[in-house]
Amino acid sequence: MFTCKEYRKVKTLEEAWELNQKRSNQLIGGMLWVKMGQRSVQTVIDLSDLGLDQIEETEEEFSIGCMATLRQLELHEGLNVYTQGAVRESVRHIVGVQFRNLATVGGSIFGRFGFSDVLTMFLAMDTYVELYKGGVVPLARFVEMKRDRDILVRVIVKKGNGRFAYQSMRNTKTDFPVLAVAVSAAGDRLRISVGARPARAMLLTVSSEKICDAAAEVCRAAGQILSGEGTEDDAVLIGAYVSQSVPTGSNLRGSAQYRSHLVQVLVKRACLETGGKAAEQR
Amino acid sequence: MNISMILNGKKIQADIDPDMLLIDFVRSQNCPSVKRGCETANCGLCTVFLDDRPVLSCSVLAARADGRKVTTLEGLQEEAYEFGQFIADQGAEQCGFCNPGFVMNAIALFRENPDPGVEEIKEYLSGNLCRCSGYEGQLRGILAFLEWKKGGKQS
Repeated sequence: MFTCKEYRKVKTLEEAWELNQKRSNQLIGGMLWVKMGQRSVQTVIDLSDLGLDQIEETEEEFSIGCMATLRQLELHEGLNVYTQGAVRESVRHIVGVQFRNLATVGGSIFGRFGFSDVLTMFLAMDTYVELYKGGVVPLARFVEMKRDRDILVRVIVKKGNGRFAYQSMRNTKTDFPVLAVAVSAAGDRLRISVGARPARAMLLTVSSEKICDAAAEVCRAAGQILSGEGTEDDAVLIGAYVSQSVPTGSNLRGSAQYRSHLVQVLVKRACLETGGKAAEQR
Repeated sequence: MNISMILNGKKIQADIDPDMLLIDFVRSQNCPSVKRGCETANCGLCTVFLDDRPVLSCSVLAARADGRKVTTLEGLQEEAYEFGQFIADQGAEQCGFCNPGFVMNAIALFRENPDPGVEEIKEYLSGNLCRCSGYEGQLRGILAFLEWKKGGKQS
């Protein structure tokens, strides 16, 4: 059971940061994951009063406060128009509405959980995290960073002319994903994020130009998808390439072999969704 | 620590431990409809409205509800009675243990989307687990309720 001796609704980020430097204290987002643990904490730090629960949209970007909930992501019109509904698709299977009304974007991203649909989705977008002390860092770098006691203040998504798709496989509805895939097609590259491997999500970039590790035929296939002319064969080639490049592991939800197979299938489907010829889109 | 909130329309104040969960707090305030079903934030049985949004009270510190509005099934009597009675008449449930959370979240659904389709109902209520019915009874009951509200006949 999770216990604490003191509850503090902070008035400034500095106050939160100072409190958070003590190992015995705990910063909470939605508190869903923290509550499942057995920790006895001195002070719980709550950011609820700092106005960080908004999603702001400008011409250039979305700025998502760390205390915005997954339900806000799901219902945000601008974000879902921009991603053709991919953001909504990435969160709508997470437990239930009551859970998503509590779970925060900051908690989901800062935790860098292996099972995270949210991390998988945002990794495929041009996303940055704003850390209180660490400044603005690309999400792909943040994912690799060692966990520290900084505070994730905002998640920033830069807009481009992208198309997006999200696919996940679950053994049963509302469970963690066995595998999750997000794809964005923008400019001359596909950004393909694979999550629930079951290790944390990783990002792969496939360019239509031969500047990535992929074979020439995979780059050509990526070009077809990027131009909206991709065939099933193109999508299969990309799926196979990603499946070979992304390590998977086994846990009680599925074996590594099964996951690697799912990588192929879900990447193929997501590619067709972002840039398949109309007749071949699923 | 001291907190105050509007619980079911009534302003209350209480002295609580900082780690008290909202579920335990509302139960201590004569709201026994709010129950623990799973302890893993999955079953939806502890659903309450926090500022009119459905949340899992098993995962919210009571301290976080300070200054806010909390509503349980006890505070929704009329709305809950109408829907609950209809569902009971339909024989939509078996043991009824999951009923309070289910009724709360169904009311949240109707408030947000007064005319939901089958897929919308399934999606909104996916966080309310029932271990005996397989959900078919509840789905049929909800559809019949919506039909009845629109002026159709109770099947």
